Amino acid sequence: MSEHNVDPSFLRGLTSRRLGRRDVVKLAGLGVAGAAVAACGVKGKATGTASQAPDQVAKFWAGKTAGTHIDFANWPLYMDPEHPELKKFSAQTGISVTYKEVINDDPTWFAKIQPLLSAHQPIGYDLMVMTNGVEFQECVELGYYAPLDHSKMPNFTANAEDKYKNEAFDKNNVYSVPWASGITGIGWNPKYVKTPPTGMNDLLNLAYRGKIGMMSDTQEIGNFGMMALGIAPESSTPADWQKAADWLTKQRNSGVVRKYYDQDYISALTNGDIWITMAWSGDIFQQNASAGTNLQFLIPSEGGTLWTDNMTIPITAANPVGAMQLINFFYDPAIAASLAEYINYITPVPAAQPIIASDAAAASGDDKAALEQVAKSPLVFPSQTDYAKLHYYRDFKTPAEHTQYQAIFNPIVTS
Amino acid sequence: MTSITDSRGQGLDRLESGERRAPRRRPRRRVGDALLHSYTWLVIVWLSLPVLVMIVFSFNNPHGRYNTTWVGFTTKYWSSKLFAFEDLTQALITSLVIAVLSTLITTILGTMIGIALGKYRFRGQGSFNLLLFAVISAPEIVLGASLLSLFTTFNTGLGYVTILIAHVMFSLSFVAIVVRARVLTLDPSIEDAARDLGADSWTTFRRVTFPMIVPGILSGALLAFVLSIDDYVVTSFTSGNVTTFPLWIYGVSKLGLPPQADVMGTMIFVAGLLIAGTNAIVSTRRAAR
Amino acid sequence: MTSGRLRARLIPYLTILPGGLWLVVFFVVPMVFMVSLSLQQGDIVHGFQQTWHWQTYTTSISAYKDQLLRSFKYGLISTLLQIVIAYPIAYWIAFRAGARKSFYLFLLLVPFFVSFVLRTISWNFILADNGIVLGTLKDWHLLPQSFHILATGTAVVGGLTYNYLPFMILPIYVALERVDPRLIEAAYDLYATKVRAFRKVILPLSIPGIFAGVVITFVPVSSDYVNAHILGGPTSTMIGNVIQNSYLGTQDYPTASALSFVLMAILLIGIFAYARALGTEEALEVAAR
Repeated sequence: MSEHNVDPSFLRGLTSRRLGRRDVVKLAGLGVAGAAVAACGVKGKATGTASQAPDQVAKFWAGKTAGTHIDFANWPLYMDPEHPELKKFSAQTGISVTYKEVINDDPTWFAKIQPLLSAHQPIGYDLMVMTNGVEFQECVELGYYAPLDHSKMPNFTANAEDKYKNEAFDKNNVYSVPWASGITGIGWNPKYVKTPPTGMNDLLNLAYRGKIGMMSDTQEIGNFGMMALGIAPESSTPADWQKAADWLTKQRNSGVVRKYYDQDYISALTNGDIWITMAWSGDIFQQNASAGTNLQFLIPSEGGTLWTDNMTIPITAANPVGAMQLINFFYDPAIAASLAEYINYITPVPAAQPIIASDAAAASGDDKAALEQVAKSPLVFPSQTDYAKLHYYRDFKTPAEHTQYQAIFNPIVTS
Repeated sequence: MTSITDSRGQGLDRLESGERRAPRRRPRRRVGDALLHSYTWLVIVWLSLPVLVMIVFSFNNPHGRYNTTWVGFTTKYWSSKLFAFEDLTQALITSLVIAVLSTLITTILGTMIGIALGKYRFRGQGSFNLLLFAVISAPEIVLGASLLSLFTTFNTGLGYVTILIAHVMFSLSFVAIVVRARVLTLDPSIEDAARDLGADSWTTFRRVTFPMIVPGILSGALLAFVLSIDDYVVTSFTSGNVTTFPLWIYGVSKLGLPPQADVMGTMIFVAGLLIAGTNAIVSTRRAAR
Repeated sequence: MTSGRLRARLIPYLTILPGGLWLVVFFVVPMVFMVSLSLQQGDIVHGFQQTWHWQTYTTSISAYKDQLLRSFKYGLISTLLQIVIAYPIAYWIAFRAGARKSFYLFLLLVPFFVSFVLRTISWNFILADNGIVLGTLKDWHLLPQSFHILATGTAVVGGLTYNYLPFMILPIYVALERVDPRLIEAAYDLYATKVRAFRKVILPLSIPGIFAGVVITFVPVSSDYVNAHILGGPTSTMIGNVIQNSYLGTQDYPTASALSFVLMAILLIGIFAYARALGTEEALEVAAR
């Protein structure tokens, strides 16, 4: 914290419940300034850190020591509710971890932390998992992520699959390493959907009027619209976006869409409010494991979206060193295996596969079958042919491009 | 929600006169009467349904994350498991702390405004009334949005202080107006009498005026507390990473509310009933005296 | 003497100063910032610069005119429903409930001691497609499997009506309660029929109550987004949802603030026009009730 030019007493005043005299003065200052504001804008905060110099890593980590506690922000359905991995970590290191499932979608999460990070205040978390979307890029450009100290994560260097060491959205893992990857496809409930769906056309089926769930994330939904039309999202043009938007608008106006969901689609699918929906691969398996449902998942014949959720350290983290230790810990193949066994998402650690297979050999009954399935599941360990069927998010070259994209897809989800 | 306590109080005050004036009953009206009576009960049931559901499901013993189907009766979420969700407990504490602080500040500032508006005539009073009225009638979402615009422009960050600022802002007018209404009912001749007996204006205020407006201040304070503890909209714009009780409920409801949320909702409900009930009894007694 | 008089004249100003300042700094000034923000251009990464870009207003209104119109439509339908539902109850309590008036009023208000968010989520649960109501009817084959109430405009209007009904009952009740029964008796003595007495005496005298109810409920109902978010579907989005999403989702601050300003301007002009007709003081009392 010390290196940032922030008045510590102001910070304390804002984060604690006491309102100090100095804060009152500052806040009163806001009002006085009010008269002269008409011409004043919201400050540009881009730091232009596109190429992260190594000395910046050294600068950030200089003098940082490990604390005794980590606050970890993650998405729901991303760890066994008993948190066995975290318990092991605490037992090994003596660092306690508070794990909170506070992220339901990237835009809302970003909007929540942005005012704090912009004011250089702690967001209350040392580690957070964010998808490789627009918000991730914005965090990078705004300098909200701490540059990772690769010397503190030897497990990553040794065990991560090459594919995940140099992804387009964060070359050389300057700010992030994958937590898990997953596929956006179609989830369905066989209790109501009698003929197994095959692809995007099932999302237009009038027999499911009012029973189809779509996602509210504009990137996710845009990708689906494009794939339905045979357009590859990663190389799409604004004209393609418009075509996809037309497809999605037609779908909405036909009355089949019940609602545009963030991660709450999974509870709607569970309780029968929707029958067939856009879904994330691992959610379906975990929901079956924890709620006793029999939900199904498929990759549409037109393709699915492959995304990566990444562990990142906010620049104002109180315990970044501890967060690095935890990152390193999750790249231990045994831990990665244990996580993948439960969450059923693509693990960035290929060495986890033999461990899961041997766990399966040691297990018996239902567990054995389930673990065997995980070890050879294309949703956890996709083959090269599987990867070939998947599409990636469109990387926006400029903010203007992103604004244009939003202007096209946002009216669909808020209509 | 806000004005309810106050107007219920007024309703109670008028109770006796109302009874006295009730028109005499005609036999042929009985059928219509019965219909209206049942209709009233029907609406009461409709209004209470969500509350009943909440109370019932606070005693449910669900299997997993979803407290949506009745499984079995248990009191464990009322006792040993009540504080199992650390962040829910923390959210409730945050809500209570902010509500208490907001009530304190609002009551002091609002009472001062109420007294000034009720007791004096001064230039600019009309515009000030307009300001109070504007705060009350502005859409909540705009209150939240405009504050966020301010805080964003000045890059202040968000948290406890910004929530508190917002809560005081939107409850101030309500308290001021409730106190003002009370001040207006005072008989000025009592103050005159005090002055005639040699009391200076401060003593008159302290010993005569203030004690008489205390009921108004109390109902104003109650109003401020209720407004603060139940606020979702404005808080969601000004909270940053701080989570209050309504914010927690809203966020977690997407993936299934645990029974603890129903328990705590029920506790706030019962506490509210008790406070309001006491308030009503006290004011009825006062009126009877 | 003169300084004493000056001090006396300053007293009301000094008394309203702290609270007034709070309202100016955190209500008036933020509005200025909001308007300022609505005329800026930029994005969250590079910041927003003041460019007096008035086109934001035309583009955002034309992009979201459906939602804007829908908000007023829902507000209107819901307010009308509230009047229709509330009037008979207010009437029955005011004229027929006798000694139990306050008991019935209390019962009507009891549910509102439960958090607004919890109550709305409760409806989501009660009306779930396979929940306690619809699930049962579907099990008896009284409804097709795909039937649903949630995620429709009906559910949103229902939720809005539910959440704001007491704000309509109370003012109508207060107005009816003030009707002098002797006027009604006089009408009967002049051989007026029941219907005629109601139409010519009771209804006109209760109009101010209805008017007050509309003032209190129309603004929050039309600017609400919580009900549409929890109970609504893809074609029941209200302008509040758009504003909320633009501020707290896509962070398109100019569009969000432009729409907030438009929403507030439309609502406040309407309300103030009404308040002017009534006089600010009385409007204040109406709002405070």
